[in-house]
Amino acid sequence: MTDADIALRVEGLNTQIHVGSDWHDVVRDVSFSIRPRETLALVGESGCGKSMTALSVMGLLPPKVARIGAGRIVVDGIDLVAADEATRENMRGDRLGMIFQEPMTSLNPVLPIGFQVGEALMRHRGLSRRQARQKARELLELVRVPAAAERLDAYPHQFSGGMRQRVMIALALACSPKVLIADEPTTALDVTIQAQVLALIADLQEKEGLAVLLITHNLGVVASVADRVIVMYGGDVVESAPVGAFFARPTHPYSEALLAAMPRVDSDGGLEPIPGQVPTLTAMPKGCRFATRCALRTDACAELPPLAPVGGDPEHVARCWVRRDS
Amino acid sequence: MTQTPNTAARRAMRTPGLLLGVVLTVAMIAAALAAPWIAPFDPNEQDVLAILAAPDATHLLGADAFGRDVLSRILWGARISLYVGFLSTLAGVVAGTTVGVVAGYYGGLVDRIVVAATDVLLSFPQLIMGLLLVAVLGASIGNLVLAIAVTAAPAFIRMARGSTLAMRERDFVDACRSLGYSDLRIMFFHILPNILDELVVMASLWLASAIRTESTLAFIGLSVPPPTATWGGIVRDGFDNLLDGPWLALFPSLAILVVMIGLNLIGDGLRDATDPKGAQ
Repeated sequence: MTDADIALRVEGLNTQIHVGSDWHDVVRDVSFSIRPRETLALVGESGCGKSMTALSVMGLLPPKVARIGAGRIVVDGIDLVAADEATRENMRGDRLGMIFQEPMTSLNPVLPIGFQVGEALMRHRGLSRRQARQKARELLELVRVPAAAERLDAYPHQFSGGMRQRVMIALALACSPKVLIADEPTTALDVTIQAQVLALIADLQEKEGLAVLLITHNLGVVASVADRVIVMYGGDVVESAPVGAFFARPTHPYSEALLAAMPRVDSDGGLEPIPGQVPTLTAMPKGCRFATRCALRTDACAELPPLAPVGGDPEHVARCWVRRDS
Repeated sequence: MTQTPNTAARRAMRTPGLLLGVVLTVAMIAAALAAPWIAPFDPNEQDVLAILAAPDATHLLGADAFGRDVLSRILWGARISLYVGFLSTLAGVVAGTTVGVVAGYYGGLVDRIVVAATDVLLSFPQLIMGLLLVAVLGASIGNLVLAIAVTAAPAFIRMARGSTLAMRERDFVDACRSLGYSDLRIMFFHILPNILDELVVMASLWLASAIRTESTLAFIGLSVPPPTATWGGIVRDGFDNLLDGPWLALFPSLAILVVMIGLNLIGDGLRDATDPKGAQ
């Protein structure tokens, strides 16, 4: 792949947070790249580092508490890690858009919708208030908010959750970014609205050539919209695969356990929980971080395994001593 | 649930106290503005024949020890008293809010310094503080405005800081950051409108307090120098002849009272109207 057809490239990302008096890795050596129109899903349980990865890419890590220790995040030929804050600020909202989990609280309650959608254009494109309002109407129509023209002056509380998430999408896409980061975009929505919002994102992705980084813990969502899947555990990428290969042959014991813990229509057995808990940040094992909960644990697991191809597929890699191709 | 400005406005309309407050305050402001046209006499014109005249057809509210018409002095005095009150409150609100929002937003060392400074300023009673500043700076309208503004600012710093602290953690602030908005834009375009209602309510109450402070300073002779009329000054002039002409101190005091009641009714009414707990 040349740089030209990659929208977002992350290389060796290390993100750390400050606990007590030490910096601890919450994201370790994460690398991936997303092409335009491609959806990469980042899955894993709470605290696995997927949201920290997203915040690192956006440059929105809380200062003094979290920092990027190493790595490169390249969008449009610019390394966001090395760039200064002014450059990052200009990239956010312009080349990189983000939608959040909570549409109910992600809009400013006291400003009209039309202004909020248009504001990004005033900020990044220097549009006048009138031009921004015009463009805001078009954007609201794009995300299929009914009667968009009449609702420009409405306030967020006059919208339902699904409608607000559409408005958030309009906001994130106002400046036609190349990359959209969707952090659990449908978790707070009920199932029918969830499907509509996902369809909308997929549709816009096709139209605008967006690269989407989808953060989720919902494997059903992953199966329906993602092109590739990265499974994270304790800050490590434990498996990365095209979506078909992942669901056909989940290879890392954690991926396997995740799928087994998901309710399925076609199985009559109960759910299988994953025993134990994620170790706390200060008590992470040195080697494979899943070792403490893994049924296949061997002595080799005391050392961190590399990401290695599995099943003879170079696109499908897993971080496991036991399951790697020998 | 946040309410739209419309429902708050409608609720405000139904509050009789607020309406009365607005009527009283607006009437007093109108009288002050119209003073050059409606005042029957020049406020500084002395009429030897009218010294300590009781209220009658010529001098509706009587005349003072120099034979100056009390009604005219009250009307002209309103201009100074209200002007100083409004301007100093405005200055205090703008300065206090700006500092408070910045301190609350950035936190850290800036915040700690601001909080400490605010606590020190707040530990002085408002009047003592104003007195001190005017005594040091000298009595003039500009210094008076400055002194009263300085006494008002800490309260607004504290309120703006507290509210900003709460707002900073809201999701929409993260959303703003994800759109590449600068700290300045987030602070003053996004956080400020969210805390504006509380600030307006408090400003209307502080306005009353500022006018009272000005009157008190004038009463003890620390306002604009005589013969310029201010309410507090007129009360003091009348005080010397309290037994011979009680109307001299009574009427300007009533003017102060009316404005105090008017502004406090507005403040209370606005607070009730913007209080989400009051929503039915």
